[in-house]
Amino acid sequence: MTTFKFRQVAFAVAISAVAAGPALAQTEAEKAIDRYRELVADGNPAELWEAKGEDLWKKKRGPKNASLEKCDLGLGAGVVKGAYVSLPRYFEDTKKVQDLETRLVTCMEQHQGIKAKASSYNRDDHKDIISLVAWIASESRGMPVNVPQSHPEEQRYYEMGKRIFFYRAGPYDFACATCHAEDGKRIRLQGLPNLTQNEPAGKAFTSWPAYRVSNSQLWPMQKRLEDCFRQQRFPYVEFGSDVTIALSSYMGVNGKGVKSLAPTIKR
Amino acid sequence: MKKTTFLIAGVSVVLAGCATMYSAADYQKMAKDAVSASFAEKGIAKKDRINQDAVNLACSQAEMTGTPLSGEATRKLEGAEFATIKYPADGKFLGDWKAGERLAQDGRGSTYSDKAGSANGGNCYNCHQISKAEISYGTLGPSLYNYGKLRGNSEAVVKYTWGKIYNAKAFNACTNMPRFGHQGILTEAQMKDLMALLLDPSSPVNQ
Repeated sequence: MTTFKFRQVAFAVAISAVAAGPALAQTEAEKAIDRYRELVADGNPAELWEAKGEDLWKKKRGPKNASLEKCDLGLGAGVVKGAYVSLPRYFEDTKKVQDLETRLVTCMEQHQGIKAKASSYNRDDHKDIISLVAWIASESRGMPVNVPQSHPEEQRYYEMGKRIFFYRAGPYDFACATCHAEDGKRIRLQGLPNLTQNEPAGKAFTSWPAYRVSNSQLWPMQKRLEDCFRQQRFPYVEFGSDVTIALSSYMGVNGKGVKSLAPTIKR
Repeated sequence: MKKTTFLIAGVSVVLAGCATMYSAADYQKMAKDAVSASFAEKGIAKKDRINQDAVNLACSQAEMTGTPLSGEATRKLEGAEFATIKYPADGKFLGDWKAGERLAQDGRGSTYSDKAGSANGGNCYNCHQISKAEISYGTLGPSLYNYGKLRGNSEAVVKYTWGKIYNAKAFNACTNMPRFGHQGILTEAQMKDLMALLLDPSSPVNQ
């Protein structure tokens, strides 16, 4: 825990360095943020989830006393390497486009007989899903994003995702696009990726799961999207819902070819 | 003419045979249905928040397709938004700039994790530079530093600024700025304090 506290102190130091020179605000602020990122990048606590996830993948569990080693994440039974960068995709057995989190729910049921309760972030079986996601993502680190568009359902989810991305509503009239459709914009000092463009979309898409220093939690993509919609002042977006899968498809397809970063570390 | 017909027929067979199984209108409906099925009421965030009014519907489609609204459509939407603006009943537009600064700093309110009846912040620094002292500001909106110093405080400027805070879509249909008065995000007294932050000569904005 001491190391976590150190990171928070380091961030505070970086921020006060910014406050000292308001004349050079923008550049100094950005430099301080870069220094902070360097400080925290060395040793990501996400490794703790990765280790637990690998263990969960290989351990015999549930009514069927089986491991997940025959789970098909889209590249064939048991293939983990490359799976993270090629999801969401269409699965014949469920007749659905699934992302990594919802596919793991299917695999737990199919192989282990576990009727996973995953609808609440980091509650019940979703705790295990977070760990599995961290490990599975780490196995694709450095691999190019390659979310498929060959099945008509995959194309349909991309097209829905594009429209949902631009969907303005709520008391503040916000869409995803309000913050994420232009280069070089910020909320306060937080940089906002332009998710309509290849490189920032790919980097954002492969930045989750991320370890968040501010709350010591590991956030997968489903949680990232849920909290975006909360800040957008929308109602609650349900786990695994069409909106979440469609937006993941939109980001992933836009980010084609970008080398995967996950799991990352974030403020 | 015959050749052209043949070509067009050929193209539509190819299209029907591969990717394009749905029209743009089909996708629009599917996206809307997905939104309707994916969100649930939570706390103060009721389900009806996903409904779009005329300006949100038109701007979403314009931005998604990359085709700006026509001049006539823009004028019609802006006119309807303009008609919603209510000016202060007592004719006083400027409150306390210090309270305005606190409001501008406050980004809270209206999410499903906020309590019913709690006051909303103005969220202003999230998107705008305002006073020189605050360097943690966003860049989604233009800088408002020296807003009053540059514009003065004639009746026209004061009424325009009130209108812009009350319903920014009256002046720019597809602006990213929320409609603080029209949507009931801020009270009349809160908007007066923000007005003072922008226009009062003693406000740090105008130093």
